[in-house]
Amino acid sequence: MSTSARTLFQKIWDSHVAGALPDGRSLLYIDRHLVNEVTSPQAFAGLRAAGRTVRRPENTIAVSDHNVPTTNRAGGITEPESRIQVETLEHNVSEFGIPYIPLLSPLQGIVHVIAPEQGLTLPGMTIVCGDSHTSTHGAFGALAFGIGTSEAEHVLATQTLPQNPARTMLVRTRGHLASHVTAKDLILAIIGQIGTAGATGHVIEYCGEAITALGMEARMTICNMSIEAGARAGLIAPDETTFAYLHRTPGAPNGEDFEAAVAEWSALPSDPDARYDIEVDIDASTIGPMVTWGTSPQAVVAIDGKVPDLMSLADTAARQQAEQMLTYMGLDAGQPLLGLPIDTAFIGSCTNGRLDDLRAAASVIGGRHVAQGVRALVVPGSGLVKRAAEAEGLDRLFIDAGFEWRESGCSMCLGMNPDRLAPQERCASTSNRNFEGRQGPGGRTHLMSPAMVAAAAISGHLTDIRDFG
Amino acid sequence: MRKFSHLEGVAAPLPLANVDTDKILAGQHLKTVTREGLGKLLFSSMRYHDDGSRRPGFILNKTPYDQACILIAYENFGCGSSREHAPWALLDFGIRCIIAPSFADIFYNNCIKNGILPIQLAPDIVRSLIARVSDREGARISVDLQSQCILASYSKIDFDIDPNHKKRLLEGLDDIAVSLRFERDIDAFEKLREGQAKLFPPISLNASELQA
Repeated sequence: MSTSARTLFQKIWDSHVAGALPDGRSLLYIDRHLVNEVTSPQAFAGLRAAGRTVRRPENTIAVSDHNVPTTNRAGGITEPESRIQVETLEHNVSEFGIPYIPLLSPLQGIVHVIAPEQGLTLPGMTIVCGDSHTSTHGAFGALAFGIGTSEAEHVLATQTLPQNPARTMLVRTRGHLASHVTAKDLILAIIGQIGTAGATGHVIEYCGEAITALGMEARMTICNMSIEAGARAGLIAPDETTFAYLHRTPGAPNGEDFEAAVAEWSALPSDPDARYDIEVDIDASTIGPMVTWGTSPQAVVAIDGKVPDLMSLADTAARQQAEQMLTYMGLDAGQPLLGLPIDTAFIGSCTNGRLDDLRAAASVIGGRHVAQGVRALVVPGSGLVKRAAEAEGLDRLFIDAGFEWRESGCSMCLGMNPDRLAPQERCASTSNRNFEGRQGPGGRTHLMSPAMVAAAAISGHLTDIRDFG
Repeated sequence: MRKFSHLEGVAAPLPLANVDTDKILAGQHLKTVTREGLGKLLFSSMRYHDDGSRRPGFILNKTPYDQACILIAYENFGCGSSREHAPWALLDFGIRCIIAPSFADIFYNNCIKNGILPIQLAPDIVRSLIARVSDREGARISVDLQSQCILASYSKIDFDIDPNHKKRLLEGLDDIAVSLRFERDIDAFEKLREGQAKLFPPISLNASELQA
């Protein structure tokens, strides 16, 4: 092994160390700081209290996404606390001179959808946001991770973060995904294999033919859920697919500058003999459409599988926890997942709210209608996704089939806006977390791919997309 | 940042793994623009019935654990969201130390930033500690950061901690003030960056598209 062989992570790290702190940590320079309304108010308040300013407003972009209603946008936000958070962000961006996408702008949307589509996410960058799903941007070969509010304040004030280098994990896929099996199924299978703490302290790099065959939106789905495996960040090496996507974005370099940038970006992928702290192999060809059955993303099986038999769990604590999950989810041990009736279907979020996701869901409809009694929401991840979907007529397909076609936002991924589950309501969801109460107090979440959610909405119960002609 | 040196008080056992930040502080309670006042909403789905009345069986609703300043739980505590509201809620309730076999990364960092000491111990030690404090008589323990030890009913448990985290907690250092002492390094880095402006362009949104 050559001692100079470096991973993608190490290359980005090395090119961003701006200083060394006395305690041994490095000051990592931050290229992009994404700001939302929920995790930023206290950071700006701290800045103001200390008489500090924002060092690089031009490296910062703000948008409201978590709190916003997805209907009647022009009517404003009726929940007073949500409205105050959005107004506080508007006040803060104006005071500190930060670029901001207003609620009524056609560009508004979920920050992890907007930044890539605007070309603000570029290979080799460091990107942070007070949101754990910042890992999404790793799909472009950018080191992107979620931070707390105190760290956000630190980035606002210094454009750096004190950091120790993460350990590295390589997830190497073998073979290709089968028909009807998507990036969502692949990442759920990976989380099922390594567990929700499997990558704690590590940055995961995904590679192999099942990854390189994916488009950028699917790669974002993979990197987005890296945090559900405990990883600090997810990374995919930039390649021709990445460059072709970026070429169409307004924020990427133009003309000759783009060619020069591609030359630089092409040097980013890990060197062939680079070493990782952990390597994990996964056979992509054997993965089926996945569905979670519990209240942790690792509680996942293929749709034709069953809720585990609790007796198979050796550890008493694990058995007790699985029992609690089943009680919460209203399921029995050993129960098949196929045919489980649902109340709600949610298609959207920073995991699966992009154009390809909406296309995949729409392609399932085939002239059929959402099952009676099922509430089905389609929430585009951004205003531009919505507009592009409408240009293709996807909105009509959804609306005619009985789906609600909404304005963009985080919506039912988390119970912070009017879109939420009632207690005990069961939801087929394209979002990222099935924690207790995540989609509303008492709500029961089953995570799956957009096509699987659409199939569940139409049939009224969990369905195997492979048999849903 | 608040200092942490020594703590003595009631430790509450929470024998659960993968306690996520949604469970610590649910999404609907994130609608605040301050750091204070979240203690009453801590673990709300476990602490309260839907009508708002207390669930008497939940550990933090029982004497003496309702006065707890230490929490002991199982693996992967604080997984999920980056919300610093979770440690703010713990702090506002009075929790200054959490003991578990492992923590999620972002949550761990958020604890250090807020003067909460996260202690990592081997799973079997955590299990025996949970058993010990589950007996009310043994619920009071003490934690000393300088000497890195826990005293629980006459037995002493040593713990490891990253020396940087220890120093930051002991001294209550303001990370931003420390980093700003290296402003010249940051200036120099940005100066170098000027030659790479095309790889790292400033953000500029098209005003007409924003309005369109």
